[in-house]
Amino acid sequence: MTVTLDFGAVLAEWPLLLKGLVMTAALTAASTCAGVTLGVACAWGRVHGGTAVKAAAAAYVELIRNTPFIVQLFFIYFGLPGLGIKLAPEAASFLAMVINLGAYAAEIVRAGIANTPRGQIEAAQSLALSPKQVFTRVVLPPALQRVWPALTSQIIIVMLGSAVCGQIATQELSYAANLIQSRNFRAFESYIVVTALYLGFAVLLRQLLAWAGPRWIFGRPAAAR
Amino acid sequence: MVDFSLWDILRNLLLAARWTVLLSLVAFVGGGVAGAALLLARIARLPGADRLVGVYVQLFQGTPLLMQLFLTYFGLALFGLNVSAWVAAGLALTLYSSAYLTEIWRGCVNAIPRGQWEASGSLALNLGEQLRHVIVPQALRIAIPPTVGFMVQIVKGTALASVIGFIELTKAGTMITNATFRPFTVYACVALMYFALCFPISAWSRTLERKLNRGR
Repeated sequence: MTVTLDFGAVLAEWPLLLKGLVMTAALTAASTCAGVTLGVACAWGRVHGGTAVKAAAAAYVELIRNTPFIVQLFFIYFGLPGLGIKLAPEAASFLAMVINLGAYAAEIVRAGIANTPRGQIEAAQSLALSPKQVFTRVVLPPALQRVWPALTSQIIIVMLGSAVCGQIATQELSYAANLIQSRNFRAFESYIVVTALYLGFAVLLRQLLAWAGPRWIFGRPAAAR
Repeated sequence: MVDFSLWDILRNLLLAARWTVLLSLVAFVGGGVAGAALLLARIARLPGADRLVGVYVQLFQGTPLLMQLFLTYFGLALFGLNVSAWVAAGLALTLYSSAYLTEIWRGCVNAIPRGQWEASGSLALNLGEQLRHVIVPQALRIAIPPTVGFMVQIVKGTALASVIGFIELTKAGTMITNATFRPFTVYACVALMYFALCFPISAWSRTLERKLNRGR
């Protein structure tokens, strides 16, 4: 038999693809900011918190890292309404991505913090910096710099994982593929096109983060130092 | 309407968890064999193998597993092969695992000092003998903790097979939810079962890693 592929029919639906891509990018951007912040907070909790905080952070990290993202998403979207918490698909996707990224980021950032040379902390303390200043000014920036490649990979994994959010009708990229194939029955072609878009976005995101990290996250703003 | 007790929910989920375990094993064993073959092609310097395997790894690591599942499912159908969700999910997860495992193991083989290759080469061992007697025994030691860690990824990856209609733990959860209208309880149970599957593997991987680091 001959297989004929018709990519034109899929590409003709480019407004849908673009809309999906924008939603995926927006979800990724928002959940990266919130997720990394949550991760840093948990890493702090696991290193400096009291017994209860340490245990809570450890339980959160283990629970999330050992369950699939799709189950976390379904639990938030389908399960939480049982407690009276009803979320829109986009909000549920965002929340699931933040919680997921937060747990992985916590482990990654903690590894970075653990590698801080003891002398740097002592030096900072001897300069009468408060514990908060020691953490945010001395410990955290180099720690983030050390683990930035690992964090970048994790952010990309979460972005790729967000393809699952289409299953709860979040109108992101994989949802667009579903919609297109239900219109023109070109299932294989639409998934090929969307997969290629994911691949391109992953490459772009890696470069973007490699560029943004040193500038905004752990960089040394000339004016401040 | 049939009433589901908590025990009924758990019992049905446990029955479905068998398929999660089985699919994970298929993906791990299949991916391990394919991954080892790809690594061997790279080590033996087959012409073009390094580039091709590199692209293969990039493709699988740079695209969503969900899309890989859809592409396998619809791609096979396109070629006139009307496969079950079992075959499609097994194949997609095998390919996915092979890409990750081959990359993990390549790192382990690369961690073996060059001198080991040179010394064994100077003893007139051929590639097969070099691998068998010198490289693999050393690489295996450092390969085990990350390989065990990746098993957790596979188990979690099988949850996506539910989307193409493979009835495993997650799909069973969805079906039971539709029958009982108790999504909170059901998905909490599903999550706990994944946790019960994955946490021991994670902990095992960490123990192995600690042992390895202590040995050095």
